Amino acid sequence: MTKSDPFAGERLKHSPFHPRQAALNLRNAWSSWNGTQFADYYYDAEYEYFCIRNSCATYDICPMQKYEISGTDAEAMLDRMVTRDVTKLKENRVTYVCWCTDAGRMVDDGTIFKLGPDRFMLTCGSPSLAWLRKCTYGYKHLTVTDISDTLAGLSFQGPTTCEVLKKMGLMDIETLKPFGIMHFPFGSGSLMVSRTGFTGDLGYELWVQTDLALALWDALYDAGEDYGIQPYGEAATNMARLEAGFIMPGMEFNEALKTVHFHHDQTPFELGLDWLVDFKKARFNGRSALLIERERGPEYTLIKLDIEGNKPAEGSYLYRNKRCTKQIGYVTSAMWSPVVKANIALAMVKTKHLGENIWAEIYYEKELRQNSKVAKCTLQKKPFWAPPRARATPPQPF
Amino acid sequence: MKTYDAIIMGAGHNGLTNAAYLAKAGLDVLVVEKNAYIGGAAVSRELHTGFTYSNCSYVCSMMRQAIHRDLNLTRHGLVLVPYLGTVSFSDDGGTLVSYHTAEAEYNQLRARSPHDADAMFRFQTDLARYAQLIRKTLLRTPPDPTSFKPRDIMELLFLAKEFWALGEQEIYEYVRFFTMSAAEFLDDYFEDDLIKATMAGAGIIGTALGVYSPGSAYILLHHVMGDVDGNIGAWGLARGGMGAISNAIAGAAREFGAEIRTNAGVDKMLVRDGKAAGVVLENGEEIYSRIVVSNLDAKRTFTKIVDRKDLPPGIYEKASNFKIRGSSGKVNIALSGLPKFNNVPDNRYINRGGQAFVGSLETMERAYDCWKRGRWSEDPFIECVIPSAWDPTVAPPGQHWMSCFVQYCPPQLADGPWTAKKRNQFGQTIVNKIERYSPGFKDLIVHMEVRTPHEIEAEVGLTEGNIFQGELTIDQLLFNRPFPGYAQYRMPVKNMYMCGSSTHPGGGVSSACGANAAREILYDLKRPNVVPQDDFYDE
Ligand SMILES: Cc1cc2nc3c(=O)[nH]c(=O)nc-3n(C[C@H](O)[C@H](O)[C@H](O)COP(=O)(O)OP(=O)(O)OC[C@H]3O[C@@H](n4cnc5c(N)ncnc54)[C@H](O)[C@@H]3O)c2cc1C
Repeated sequence: MTKSDPFAGERLKHSPFHPRQAALNLRNAWSSWNGTQFADYYYDAEYEYFCIRNSCATYDICPMQKYEISGTDAEAMLDRMVTRDVTKLKENRVTYVCWCTDAGRMVDDGTIFKLGPDRFMLTCGSPSLAWLRKCTYGYKHLTVTDISDTLAGLSFQGPTTCEVLKKMGLMDIETLKPFGIMHFPFGSGSLMVSRTGFTGDLGYELWVQTDLALALWDALYDAGEDYGIQPYGEAATNMARLEAGFIMPGMEFNEALKTVHFHHDQTPFELGLDWLVDFKKARFNGRSALLIERERGPEYTLIKLDIEGNKPAEGSYLYRNKRCTKQIGYVTSAMWSPVVKANIALAMVKTKHLGENIWAEIYYEKELRQNSKVAKCTLQKKPFWAPPRARATPPQPF
Repeated sequence: MKTYDAIIMGAGHNGLTNAAYLAKAGLDVLVVEKNAYIGGAAVSRELHTGFTYSNCSYVCSMMRQAIHRDLNLTRHGLVLVPYLGTVSFSDDGGTLVSYHTAEAEYNQLRARSPHDADAMFRFQTDLARYAQLIRKTLLRTPPDPTSFKPRDIMELLFLAKEFWALGEQEIYEYVRFFTMSAAEFLDDYFEDDLIKATMAGAGIIGTALGVYSPGSAYILLHHVMGDVDGNIGAWGLARGGMGAISNAIAGAAREFGAEIRTNAGVDKMLVRDGKAAGVVLENGEEIYSRIVVSNLDAKRTFTKIVDRKDLPPGIYEKASNFKIRGSSGKVNIALSGLPKFNNVPDNRYINRGGQAFVGSLETMERAYDCWKRGRWSEDPFIECVIPSAWDPTVAPPGQHWMSCFVQYCPPQLADGPWTAKKRNQFGQTIVNKIERYSPGFKDLIVHMEVRTPHEIEAEVGLTEGNIFQGELTIDQLLFNRPFPGYAQYRMPVKNMYMCGSSTHPGGGVSSACGANAAREILYDLKRPNVVPQDDFYDE
């Protein structure tokens, strides 16, 4: 009889891709996401980041939460839950959405896939079954199924991805438009490909039943061998998404349902997600609160900053004077961008001070000594990185 | 007839940088380039369908980040990708891998020599300390030590302050360092020959010195003082080849309104009333300007382009004696597959790295002996990189090209001029050496470009094929570059400037020479400075 593991309860779950990913995680750099062991990086975070920008790389999105919502009321229910108009979404298309509490505070963001007339998939970072259940009150003809453990997802990002998928035999993949979905037979089942991602670059997300996960990995890595394929983890994701200007829970926003302190959560207006809020819809969660917010204007606004010098403004306070006595906000994410060659950041600034000068007080360490400097910040309107290939159909080769 | 504000002779990356900044400041600028293409020694050309070589320079670490950022070179198509993992091969086939983590490096060195594994920490630290000081001078005009102008005094004070910050003992070490040989310097730290030979490679690249020649220690520093995104000593590849750097700078220059003319070789610089007044092209066309800037090396500029009678006494002689001996060859090889090497683990990261065929200090010195005797070495030091293993844009998928930088190859052969036949023999020598470490390598070859100093001079205009536009010895560095008294980019003819690698801070794809020269020109014109400072003074 084999002895059972007394620490089993302490250990993290494994993703369906784990056997392959563990073999390539040369640094044993693991963290976790929703109870699943999850790579922080595999070989080197910056190397993996450059694979996203220069060749192609895979990111395990199995720990992301996936819900199938089907039935004749599915569309109406989702339309009432999220701020965007879901009725406009066509079959085999994906849309980016956020949803709010009645007070208009953001619960989470995610994507909705329309898989059939009455069949949708919702993906999001945090477990949301309880919230979904609440949102179904009043709707009879629908079922919500948590498919997080049965559908495996692999994000595949970078300039050579389309070529690799072509080489893998996915016919006409180059015709797939951003936010489009295509289906291909794969092994004993099928492979769903969406042209989506979290890197701001050309990229796809590949979806199969978990029992086909390793077969998918092997097929992809065979095809990608000559195209610089490499797995990447959370560290590289975080770099790429910041350059693309995408928000991250726990960085730019605090999920409303997990926020203890009053207004330490955010509204979509504060996060620059106005374009996701569709007041033409008669009803959706948080509508009346958000109407007031629109009238009054958000207290804070999320902005993009280009900061002088090369010291990342991580955790910096922002001021409207160089002497740093008048504080107007704080940095949420910051990094040196290797591709753009700029010192970039996302930051929350009091809306009423938006037109004024912005200075960041930056702390950094040099051989155990703490130093600080004050750096001028320039407001940036566009994402730091948005190559044409990310939107072109067909994407130009590399 | 139109008169430009400034004409820049040569569209090397420094000439283009100079043009970009002058145009940014509002000047009406024309660049004239003799070749049909721009870039000089920072160029990429497709000589065989599907393969884009970086024909001369092949890796990048000196490029000033501040200029990349300020000129928005990313928007103009430039992406620099760091590359990792060079394997060094010893004469007997032993290998030393450069791993990406300090821990793996340490374990490997320890297996060879526990002493050297420890010494490596001290070596890296000392080198970083020396590099830190030199780095701070790159985007600055060297002060004239004999001048009493406030600018010069301020600049001297800046240097003195940085220098004193090293501490007394280190100041002695530093001064000693500048006159040492790479081998002596390394002897101070290491006992293992392959470790020493691996480090010594950087001390001879592009240099008419051997590992035992005084002065080669500085060359070593010159090759490790650069950085990629702040990782000092790291090297990167330009996506699309080194030409992507020149093209991006040209893109910025054009956006600011600069004109760039190719197939427009300069025959002579025009001088009127003792002032530079324009250029005469090889086809006889005269173009006028208020300022002329030379991107050509100092020797070529003052012995071929400027008329001797327009120069004050002594300059022609200085230029004739400018040390610019060529010593390197470059062989670019298109391959049908990724080569495999003996004694290298099948590690996907190391497979894509570079190869340094260093042999041993002794072998490197023998190679130098051949050069002195006017022969190419039968067993040369070769530094290889396979850019296509990183950059999907420079070779068809699954196929590759290998850049081989060869030390040494003489500009003149003892047995008569270079011929096509001798060039091919030189190329064959390189292939044979690589084949020794990579059986089957020859069968992968689909195309080769072989360049001796002779071709490098003929195509890029680098006198004697010297890759740095003049040797990097202390008598030709900082305020001595190119000549004492002329280190501030102003030349002996009024309204004439230099902006190429013959000026401070010297060779390498850095944009620093061109940018520094622009700053001085704008100063003379009493225009506001638009050239940025380096961004790491708080490093
Ligand atoms: C083989 C080789 C390998 C190298 N490897 C590296 C490396 O890996 N990394 C690195 O950082 N550096 C490397 N270098 C050095 C680096 O490439 C050079 O220092 C740098 O590119 C020089 O730039 P520049 O603009 O100063 O001059 P150049 O590139 O020399 O530009 C001068 C320009 O002037 C033009 N010209 C010449 N005569 C005339 C005329 N009469 N009329 C008009 N135009 C003319 C030339 O065609 C050329 O375009 C290498 C150089 C060589 C040759």
